[in-house]
Amino acid sequence: MATDIRIDYYPTHEQQGIKFRRGHVLPFGATMVPNGINFSIYSSEAIDCTLVLFERGEAQPFAEIRFPEEFRTGNVYSMIVFDLDYERLEYGYRMDGPFKPEEGHRFDKSIILSDPYAKAIGGRDTWLAEPNWDNIYPYRSRLVFEDFDWENDHPLETPIEDLVIYEMHVRGFTQHPSSEVKNPGTFAAIRSKIAYLKELGINCVELMPIYEFDEWENSRENPVTGGLIVNFWGYSTVNFFSPKAGYAATGKFGMQVDELKTLVKELHRNGIEVMLDVVFNHTAEGDHRGHTISFRGIDNKTYYMLTPEGYYFNFSGTGNTLNCNNPVVRNMVLDCLRYWAADYHIDGFRFDLAAILGRDQNGAPLSNPPLLESLAYDPILAKCKLVAEAWDAGGLYQVGSFPAYGRWAEWNGKYRDSVRKFLKGDEGLIGEIAQCIQGWPDLYYYRGPTASINFIACHDGFTLYDLFAYNEKHNEANGEHNNDGGNDNHSWNCGVEGETDDAHVNQLRHKQIKNALSILMVSQGVPMILSGDEMGVTKFGNNNTYCHDNELNWVDWNLLDKNADIYHFARHITRFRRAHPVLRSRTHFQHRDYAGSGYPDISFHGTQAWHADFSASSRCLAVMLDGAHAKSGTIQDDTIYIAMNSYWDALYYELPQLPNGRSWHLAVNTDMPSGEDIYPVGLEPKLEEQGRFLVGGRSTVILVGK
Amino acid sequence: MAFQIESVVEDKAARLTLHGELDSLSARVFQTEVEKIANQDIEALVLDLEDLNFMSSAGLRVLIYSKQKIGPKLAIYIVKPQELIVDTLEKTGLQHSVTIVDQYPA
Repeated sequence: MATDIRIDYYPTHEQQGIKFRRGHVLPFGATMVPNGINFSIYSSEAIDCTLVLFERGEAQPFAEIRFPEEFRTGNVYSMIVFDLDYERLEYGYRMDGPFKPEEGHRFDKSIILSDPYAKAIGGRDTWLAEPNWDNIYPYRSRLVFEDFDWENDHPLETPIEDLVIYEMHVRGFTQHPSSEVKNPGTFAAIRSKIAYLKELGINCVELMPIYEFDEWENSRENPVTGGLIVNFWGYSTVNFFSPKAGYAATGKFGMQVDELKTLVKELHRNGIEVMLDVVFNHTAEGDHRGHTISFRGIDNKTYYMLTPEGYYFNFSGTGNTLNCNNPVVRNMVLDCLRYWAADYHIDGFRFDLAAILGRDQNGAPLSNPPLLESLAYDPILAKCKLVAEAWDAGGLYQVGSFPAYGRWAEWNGKYRDSVRKFLKGDEGLIGEIAQCIQGWPDLYYYRGPTASINFIACHDGFTLYDLFAYNEKHNEANGEHNNDGGNDNHSWNCGVEGETDDAHVNQLRHKQIKNALSILMVSQGVPMILSGDEMGVTKFGNNNTYCHDNELNWVDWNLLDKNADIYHFARHITRFRRAHPVLRSRTHFQHRDYAGSGYPDISFHGTQAWHADFSASSRCLAVMLDGAHAKSGTIQDDTIYIAMNSYWDALYYELPQLPNGRSWHLAVNTDMPSGEDIYPVGLEPKLEEQGRFLVGGRSTVILVGK
Repeated sequence: MAFQIESVVEDKAARLTLHGELDSLSARVFQTEVEKIANQDIEALVLDLEDLNFMSSAGLRVLIYSKQKIGPKLAIYIVKPQELIVDTLEKTGLQHSVTIVDQYPA
């Protein structure tokens, strides 16, 4: 091979029978090179570094090689080690340096540290398989093959306004026995549900954290059930570059990378994008009482925001805060996202507690955060969707003001709260609902409606069903005396707290779910639904199920039968959205007729046509979207009329008159029983009475003018 | 059991019989055999895996390598694979690239 003639791929040193030489400083991490592996790691304050090598799964290392001083370039230690079996190898580092927490240093060379740039982590290969608690190196860095037969796959680059996002937990989606898949709870199992996802009409799955985390973190006995409380959601990263092995059916064989890439490829083949929920605000190392896994022992002061006394700032609410705007950490985040975009063909990222990414090293909000700017302008990430959860646990709330650089979208928490309150029947919401329907121009005037990721329920908080089944949270099973989880749920139980046999209450709950799905799918912006909401999943009133590996988090597929009307409605309302470009504008409405149709692009109505009641006591709003203005007037669509009534009685809504030759057809009436509540696109029946429509109490009606 | 491989080419089909475990070390031997037959005029690669107990990530890669090296028209037949091997092929999605049979020719 041509590479054999390179003079720098032969060993110059030997120790304990291991041959090695000075390595390449870049890239960081462990990289296969001809005849060997290049190891490279950064530490600004270490005074010495040792590479520790294990046979896979062995208790003790087979070699420890101290980096000779001449192998250090600046603050980077690098070394090529030859003739290693890269499939059987596990490696780590010992870093020597001062242990002076008051100065920010926590070096301890007795601990073997995981590589921040490792591409796979061993030690939690099978979900909840009890680990060896005496393991001297519990989270072991491994190498992976980075090649993959992608064939002609590439990220789909679906316009963001055309997405319907489906937020999903890898294990929770198929772990329930009713899912009837071969390898429940894994990447492979999701593949067998792709046909279902297509049928539902979504075109983007947002995977809750799949970076390697430890499900055993803070595990303890459930005080209510006696079962085990675990870290189920995974918002606690052990390594940013590694997919969670326990989510792969092949994790015990170290093939999680192949399995995940195959899933991405298959989803893409079916027109479904893949977005990752990424957690760069903190790590699994916790506060000063936490375990040293990697960053803390390698370069504590670089990787974490520290108080002047050397404690950890806790803007994440989980013990520590990653120092994202330190240039070294910033580059790590950038390297990481580039890796996922390039090597896994990921289509976009949702950043957990993203407001933290805009804080400086002392925690103060930056007006021009370098990390956010770097991500926005990065050439490799140029087509990736970037979505911020624009707040943090330190009180920084940036919905509408997140530094966007023309690229970032946001989880719109205000949308969630406004729609919830409106559906609940609160007064004074009409103005906000008008904003919701438009993609909230008051918040995103310069950014356009696509800055708004619209959702009513997500993993955090009540499910859509529970939103209409519980007034209060019921988190006793979490073991914190019902003190955890938010209290601002804006929910209404429809008359009975929790499950009931009362047919009237259940009917109302189903109607409210359909109201919510209707408003979500006709709003400008990007809709997101929580997996299982399309079939009415319940968490039995628990609004913070981060710690349950059981029915509280597993999608119960039996509900497809029990709540068949909800599922039927959900898959047709997603189709309705995708069939009508007038619902998916990239730019805000102008409230005027610039297409010459005789109607403005958007108009507001109420019980009287052309007269919307925005008064404080109003609970009625109707909106008409003129089809001639679809996609800024470039596409001809039907005209859509949406009547929302959160008042408890039925009200007549006077309908705006359509141009000659066109008439109103009924697409949705949530007040009607299943079979008459929604009609397939193109099969909407024509209204007998074109001048007005009786909109039921707490109901939504959608008409198509054609 | 140590990895062993036997190779026969006849009637435009290369038949490789694999025994033992196919991991990163034995994958190199497997790949070398594939390279030997790559320049021959063959239309089918027949892998008899009845006695193969394990296939690692490196082993999977040689399958893909075979297709890429010899050409997309190459048909790969996996004969009598053990359940674990089939499972691995399915979980990693590679079963679409090969044909699993009980005997060759069928």
